[in-house]
Amino acid sequence: MVAQFSRPCLLYSIGKDSSVLLRLAQKAFYPGKIPFPLLHIDTTYEYPEMIEFRDRYTREIGAELLVYTNQEAVAAGANPYDLGTSKCCHQLRTRALVDGLKHYGFDAALGGARRDEEKSRAKERVFSLRDAHGQWDPKNQRPELWSLYNGHINKGESVRVFPLSNWTEFDVWQYIHEDSIPLVPLYFAEPREVVVREGSLIPVQPNVKFLPGEVSETQVCRMRSLGCTPCTGAIRSQADSVLTIIDELKEFKRSERENRVIDHDQDGSMELKKREGYF
Amino acid sequence: MAAVLNTPTVLPLHSFLAQKGERDLLRFSTAGSVDDGKSTLIGRLLHDAGGAFEDQIAAVKASKINRAGEGKVDFSLLTDGLKAEREQGITIDVAYRYFATPRRKFIIADTPGHEEYTRNMATGASTCEAAVVLVDVRHGPTDQSRRHARIARLLGIRHVIVAVNKMDLVGWSETAFRKVVNAFEGAYHVPISALEGDNVVAQSAHMPWYHGPALLDLLETLPVGQEAQTAFRLPVQLVIRPDARFRGFAGQIAGGRVRVGDMVTALPSGREAQVTRIVTYDGDLAEAVAPMSVTLVLDREIDLSRGAMIVSGDKPESARRIHAQAVAMQHEGLVEGREYLLRHTAQVVPARLIKGSLPMNGIGEVELEITKPLYFDPYAVNRSTGAFVLIDRLSNNTVGAGMIDRAARAPRRVSAARQAAAWLRKAADKLEQFSDGAGI
Repeated sequence: MVAQFSRPCLLYSIGKDSSVLLRLAQKAFYPGKIPFPLLHIDTTYEYPEMIEFRDRYTREIGAELLVYTNQEAVAAGANPYDLGTSKCCHQLRTRALVDGLKHYGFDAALGGARRDEEKSRAKERVFSLRDAHGQWDPKNQRPELWSLYNGHINKGESVRVFPLSNWTEFDVWQYIHEDSIPLVPLYFAEPREVVVREGSLIPVQPNVKFLPGEVSETQVCRMRSLGCTPCTGAIRSQADSVLTIIDELKEFKRSERENRVIDHDQDGSMELKKREGYF
Repeated sequence: MAAVLNTPTVLPLHSFLAQKGERDLLRFSTAGSVDDGKSTLIGRLLHDAGGAFEDQIAAVKASKINRAGEGKVDFSLLTDGLKAEREQGITIDVAYRYFATPRRKFIIADTPGHEEYTRNMATGASTCEAAVVLVDVRHGPTDQSRRHARIARLLGIRHVIVAVNKMDLVGWSETAFRKVVNAFEGAYHVPISALEGDNVVAQSAHMPWYHGPALLDLLETLPVGQEAQTAFRLPVQLVIRPDARFRGFAGQIAGGRVRVGDMVTALPSGREAQVTRIVTYDGDLAEAVAPMSVTLVLDREIDLSRGAMIVSGDKPESARRIHAQAVAMQHEGLVEGREYLLRHTAQVVPARLIKGSLPMNGIGEVELEITKPLYFDPYAVNRSTGAFVLIDRLSNNTVGAGMIDRAARAPRRVSAARQAAAWLRKAADKLEQFSDGAGI
């Protein structure tokens, strides 16, 4: 990947998959340093714990961190309550990502997406080509045999590279355990102030609005996957360590992204977002 | 009464820790259409082995599309992840699904069966150790099942399992099963009913005449991981030089094993050196085996860069002309006389197709001429060092894939040899810009 592209980066979302990816990058170049920057797309709806963790951890391992935000949309007051989750997500994540990659001139971006997360992701190549507008054409993907990845691109095109494609949620947690990878505390259960919305527990943050009739309550819960504050639910859980999470995982009957409002806002949601350039 | 279904075993924490890292991995491909019962089979494996979640099944049940029939769950919606696939009821591109049993982890590459999407079937099958070819017992092998078996064999998949499905519809008849066994060659034949679950996860009570394993049993016990038994091969992906004191050669071991103290040979230079360290982030190792990723430190300065290969034991073959089995994967086919970029291990070199044009989706023998000697093992010996893909220089698309069987004979006619030499000189001048390769 590094040899095939002139300017690669690692998309760092601060979540557990990104954390594993980051560790793999450290290993790949050890004893050298990671030879590319990390790029974080900050939607401004991130949990404060995530930002604190991001700054501390990247400094600790000596990685170069770049942060990009769709300032125009933020200035215009983009939020999921007025725009709807679909449009908000497009502005603050998809648009910001495509613009951010262009802004820094990256021609390849490593990401921690996994095929087991969602059925359109199950279809994606490890080297996934994007046209000059950052868009994915799922019906016309390049053949990808063995591990002979084709990174040849025309000017303006770019490639998303997904080394964790074949990892499952279980594999990720097992690796976090075996390699003692530090994580944002949000993944571990503790009493938190939440509002219960359509069965999801939405942790209360300054930018989370209460809908009519909603009141907050305290629940012991944790995040199974991390997204924006208004659109990511916590799950009721007592699991407060990696090992207890792994134990709990084996009994789960529901999928990891069920708590992500944005996956369910329309049929074929993720595929549509991905076509437009979503990570 | 249908076969008794196993519920997935949930291991307590201590046994999970005891077996951590010990479960190996089997990748297998499936192919075909809804009519063969492919989706029902995958759905059943996932469902019975705990690889599908309740909310995903609920979403399938709630979908307005259902081709499985009234009251039944259309499992194809679990794997046909693209809108176009669900709407048209066909599989266009490979989907990957994951499940695990206490004995082994599995990756299913669910591939399309239609000829039009042969490239996607090859993509899915290329990394598999086994192929499950579904045959409807009432109709016998179809074009799609034959194509799947053919591509699986071409790609060197040793375990072709013929799952003879819909046994419930022929009264569990051994005669009907034998007819398919005789008509369709495979390493294993298993009579199943994906719909009822017979011989999928648990042994069937309906077919006492069948003494072999259930499909999942078979998948759990097939041998895997034999790349460690070939000669040592390390294609160099990257030279790591953080400072003047350290120079290491990083890559993924493509075959065999290496120990500290081993004498190794660097190709193409042919220089020998001794391995002084095997470096990893988690500490130095005394020994490493395929398919681990490692960094080797050698006892002397030798010329080695990306695309070179470090070897020991039997030497790989070296040739400028190679003979291979190839698949053409784009509309324009593979055209005799045309120049392509050939990606092999961690290098890219210009190569000309000198024999054997192929139409789109065509499979056949080709000969290629490369600008410099290529170091390879026959694909049958080592998949990693025997495989290549061909890239179109204008579109940058992957237009072909090939499996090397041997070095090809040099051209007989002098004029042809001269032409080739002139072309080689020209192409060699362009070489410098193609020093790249695969993976991080």
